[in-house]
Amino acid sequence: MTASLYVASFGNFLVWVVWIVAALGCLGSGAAVISFTNPFYSALALIGNLASLAVLYLLASAEFVAAAQVLVYAGAVMVMFLFVIAYLGGRADAPWAGGPRWLRLAAVVAGAALLAETLVALLWKSGTLEHSADIGPSFGSPAEIGRIFLTDQLLAFEITSIVLLVAAVGGVVLAIQAHERKQG
Amino acid sequence: MLGPNIPWYLAIAGILFGIGAVGVMLRRSPLIVLLSLEIMLNAGNLALVGFSRYWGNGDGQVFAISVMAVAASEVCVGLGLIVAMARKRLALDVDELSELRG
Repeated sequence: MTASLYVASFGNFLVWVVWIVAALGCLGSGAAVISFTNPFYSALALIGNLASLAVLYLLASAEFVAAAQVLVYAGAVMVMFLFVIAYLGGRADAPWAGGPRWLRLAAVVAGAALLAETLVALLWKSGTLEHSADIGPSFGSPAEIGRIFLTDQLLAFEITSIVLLVAAVGGVVLAIQAHERKQG
Repeated sequence: MLGPNIPWYLAIAGILFGIGAVGVMLRRSPLIVLLSLEIMLNAGNLALVGFSRYWGNGDGQVFAISVMAVAASEVCVGLGLIVAMARKRLALDVDELSELRG
């Protein structure tokens, strides 16, 4: 038993610990998002959810995706959410859940069925997913992502830019209509 | 690879997707429905990143970034709709917003 083997197994142990903490944080904050009455707290819980997901991405060697997750989601998107929630103020508070009791029960049963289906499919096939491919040091780096985006997946890149443009124009149109209706 | 195998990542992704789906079906506030949708999209992203690691192929990560852009667009339009509804003094309750007509 050499020292390097000890170091490697300690590294593996450390990765497991970080992974379990991030996964539990991810699931706990996900449950918190759907259980708070106040949307402000829900949005804050979603920031925790996105941050722990970024840790999971890092452990799966997706460095650039993890950085984009923190910058785009936890940064830009969540600031927009918090801004709108603050703009709406007390009107944003809604009752926890509505409708008849059987409807709520049906929602939980449907969610549980979806979950059971996913997990059964996973257990069925998990034996074939044991051994991951070997990857080089550039896997998941910005340069590699950029190369794939501008060569193999150029169409996805262009479509993404059009989707973003349409969404920006749609947001402006919605704001203008609301403004005109208020004036006239 | 160090740490858990890909099925563990997929299990987390599946549970997160279930949590998000229950939130979309259960909650009435459109803001929290949007937040639950974000959870579902992120669960899909986690599965994409996990499979990308499994095959050692970067295409899954590129697709995860495209999903992020789509989610940002969805939030932009969805929050615009919510603000427009609030300005028209409509109730912020998805059970009462059953008509498309303005």
